[in-house]
Amino acid sequence: MTDMRRENVVVVQILSDSRSLPVVRGAVEQMAASEGLKPADSHGLILAIDEALANVIKHGYGGQTDQPITITLSSVEADDGRRGIAIEVRDRARQVDPGSICGRNLDDVRPGGLGVHIIRAVMDEAEYSCPEEGGMCLRMVKYVSNASQRDAGDEASESQQPMQ
Amino acid sequence: MPADEAKQEHVVKSVRKTDGGTVIELAGDIDLHRAPALHAALVDVANERPKRLILDLSQVPYMDSSGVGTLVEVFRRVTKYDGKFVLCGLNPRVKSVFEITKLDKFFTICSTCEEALQAGERGPDDKAAAGR
Repeated sequence: MTDMRRENVVVVQILSDSRSLPVVRGAVEQMAASEGLKPADSHGLILAIDEALANVIKHGYGGQTDQPITITLSSVEADDGRRGIAIEVRDRARQVDPGSICGRNLDDVRPGGLGVHIIRAVMDEAEYSCPEEGGMCLRMVKYVSNASQRDAGDEASESQQPMQ
Repeated sequence: MPADEAKQEHVVKSVRKTDGGTVIELAGDIDLHRAPALHAALVDVANERPKRLILDLSQVPYMDSSGVGTLVEVFRRVTKYDGKFVLCGLNPRVKSVFEITKLDKFFTICSTCEEALQAGERGPDDKAAAGR
C-alpha cells in the first residue's frame, strides 16, 4: 500500500449489528464531504465501507451481532502528493488467507459474493491482512479525483476574493 | 416476514395491483439490515404469481449488494413461472451499483413506472434480442 501521511483521524467502534451500518455510512459521507470528494467518489467510498462491514458481519462473524469492529477514517496525503481518504476495518474474526479473498466471476449471475468486487472496483487501493494479534484488517484508500481537487481549488480562491 | 411486517420496516411503501401487473413501491436505504425484510415482502408478492412485477425504486436513495442480491433471487422466482420482473426509478447512485456488478445488463431497468408497465412485455431474452 502507498506510503502516506495521516491526519484528521476518526475512529468509530461498533458491534457487528447491521443496524449500525447507516451510522457508519453517515460518518464516512461527512468525512468525504469535508475532504471535497465529488458525489460519485463519495458514494463509492460509502459503498465500499458498507460492503466491507457486511462481509465482516456475515462471513467473519457468521451473523453474530455482538462482536467488535473498529473503523478508522483518516484524511491522507500520499508521498506523491495525492490527497484522499483512508479507511481501515479491523475485526476479531477468524483469519483467512488474504489471497483467497477475491471477487467472483460476474458472468455467474447469482445473489451474494459481490462485496469484494465492488470494493476493488470503487477504491483506488484495497488490501486485506492478518494482524499478529488475530482477526482481519482491511485497508482501503480513495484518492480525491482531479475534478474534486479542481473544484476545491476554485472554492478556495473564491473565498479569498476581496469583499465588495 | 409478511408484507405488512416489511412495511413496519418501512421497506415497502405500497403494493398496487393494476391490469398491467403488480407495482411495489420501495422506500429508504436497502442494505444488509433491511434486505431480509425486502426479500420477505417480495417473495410474498411473487408467490401470488403476478404476470408482471415492477419495483419502483424512486424513493430508494441507497442500495448495496445485499439489496441487489435480493433482487436477483426474486428475479429468478418470477421468471421461473414466466413472469416479468422490471425495475424503475433508479437514481444514479443506485444504478451505479448495478453497473459495477454488470447487473444493469441482466435486469430490465426503466426510467418510470409507466414505462415499466409497458416494457415488462419483454423479458431479459427479448432484451438481448433487442440488442440492448
